[in-house]
Amino acid sequence: MKPWRDPGLWLSLLVTAAIGLWPAVAANKPYAREMMFTVLMSVGLASSLNIMQGYTGYVNFGHIIFFGLGGYVGFYLLSVYHAPLYVAALAGALTAALVAFLLGKAILRLRGAYFALATIGINEAARSFVKNFDPFGGPTGMTLKFHVYQAYGGANQALWITYIALVVLTLLIILVSYLVKTSKFGLGLMAIRENEDAAEVMGIVAPDAKTWAYVLSAVFPGIIGVLFFFKNGNIEPGDAFRLQQSIEVIVMVMLGGQGLVFGPLVGAAVYQRLRGYLLVSPLFKNIQLAVAGLLLLIIILFVPAGLIGWLRGRFPRLRRWLV
Amino acid sequence: MSADIILRVENVSKRFGGLQALSDVTFDLPRGQILGLIGPNGAGKTTLFNAINGIYPPEEGRVLFNGQDITGWKPYRVAKAGLARTHQIVQPLNDLTVLENVMAGACFGHENHPLGRAREIADEVLEFVGLAERRDLLAGSLNVAQKKRLELARALASHPYLLLLDEVLAGLNPAEIAEMVQVVLKIRDQGVTILIIEHVMHALMNVSDRVIVLDYGKQIAEGTPEEIANNPRVIEAYLGDPKLAEKMLRGEV
Ligand SMILES: Nc1ncnc2c1ncn2[C@@H]1O[C@H](COP(=O)(O)OP(=O)(O)O)[C@@H](O)[C@H]1O
Ligand SMILES: [Mg+2]
Repeated sequence: MKPWRDPGLWLSLLVTAAIGLWPAVAANKPYAREMMFTVLMSVGLASSLNIMQGYTGYVNFGHIIFFGLGGYVGFYLLSVYHAPLYVAALAGALTAALVAFLLGKAILRLRGAYFALATIGINEAARSFVKNFDPFGGPTGMTLKFHVYQAYGGANQALWITYIALVVLTLLIILVSYLVKTSKFGLGLMAIRENEDAAEVMGIVAPDAKTWAYVLSAVFPGIIGVLFFFKNGNIEPGDAFRLQQSIEVIVMVMLGGQGLVFGPLVGAAVYQRLRGYLLVSPLFKNIQLAVAGLLLLIIILFVPAGLIGWLRGRFPRLRRWLV
Repeated sequence: MSADIILRVENVSKRFGGLQALSDVTFDLPRGQILGLIGPNGAGKTTLFNAINGIYPPEEGRVLFNGQDITGWKPYRVAKAGLARTHQIVQPLNDLTVLENVMAGACFGHENHPLGRAREIADEVLEFVGLAERRDLLAGSLNVAQKKRLELARALASHPYLLLLDEVLAGLNPAEIAEMVQVVLKIRDQGVTILIIEHVMHALMNVSDRVIVLDYGKQIAEGTPEEIANNPRVIEAYLGDPKLAEKMLRGEV
């Protein structure tokens, strides 16, 4: 089927666009923009992680590494060289791609839990490296001088530009996720997920396919990191490499349904809304990771296919829409 | 090497720790033939397949395929050279549909088809092995006999020059065996060379042009099915039953 004839693709793009356009019609626009920035960022992180975890079957606790490294490199260019945002974003993407490529060569030969453990180790290693790397400001990180925003017509305008860039990027991520899933490359990845040895016997060059999947899934958090920290105005190791954030992204993918295009999108949106309610309560604020863990346990035990996967199984007629 | 030898196995040996799984196995397979491989459980038959297609490279010896030394190649490289195999223990891609399983076979083999063409080939092959009606089911939902057909379909979809079949008849009932034997013969008639491991003796004797017997990793006999059935060493390897030859040929073993 041609992509533009697939109602499933359109539904995913429309939902993303609807989230993105919400601040335009909301009463308190800056507030809505901040809220939807978080949601879109999660959608992008979850959908890109899904390429590795959902399509290829490699659980990755280190997705945020690319968010952090991309963010740092982009931020460095923004603050030290006053590079334009798109140059910084491109640099973030390239950094993430390069790191994923090299990392992939080293750790993608590990399977299952061993790969997952290695990704945790690398997150910690990246954090301590940046903490001790003086050009990036060491443990205190970096802060953008206010005049950097002047080039974008002031801080307020800069925030809107960043937001629009994120909306476009998220739409692109959804499109890429769909194109990968429905391509020959994607079929190879899913064969690897189901049975890597059998996939190789069929002629799938698993080491290469996995490396490219890893690179592709890393590029997007690399860009998102640049947008996020540009919006924030400062970056520090603790914010850039939070293992907790990696875990939350995994929960989002599982919650919505891994291996689907629509799944991580719904999972990210639902999780962020849920988190929004919980954060208001001081009790939950302190135990949000425990809540995420509990949620993960419930999903694995009772709805391993996730919300969208469950709907697809329960109502086969919906499959056309829920790809 | 003469042009019509598609596979040459030369002095191949393979050890697993202290166990000599294959010792000094040597044979030629002429293009277009069916070569049967028999031997008691644990004789090293599957290990020989693994040594040929690169799952476990042999410690000694060489494997030549279409005149090319493929010893130690990775399985995907061997597949891309036009050699396909099935697994004794079926390896379906459970969460993909039957069609997608077979498409993967067509996509990534030596012909390297795009998805559209792979879908056409997959539909032809599914028709051929009798799984067409189940094309949209998940592979994990098939029963064992159907999974065996799926293994075969996936391998066939790559349009291999050489097909290694590892006990595709095991666990099938007599009617299914008869059907599958016809399928194997048709594949040969399409010009595919076949190396087949089988425990269902009469079926193997009926389809094979020649037969090799392995016992404890050693090649103890080679010849036409009749020669093998009357070979005293083979009879000894199979529990020393003197009436074995007659039984084999009558289809009672
Ligand atoms: N990966 C492996 N590791 C250790 N031993 C193995 C391995 N694969 C096979 N073997 C051993 O090698 C011998 C031959 O096995 P196999 O080739 O599967 O026999 P067959 O297919 O003829 O029944 C058996 O003793 C088996 O236990
Ligand atoms: Mg065997």
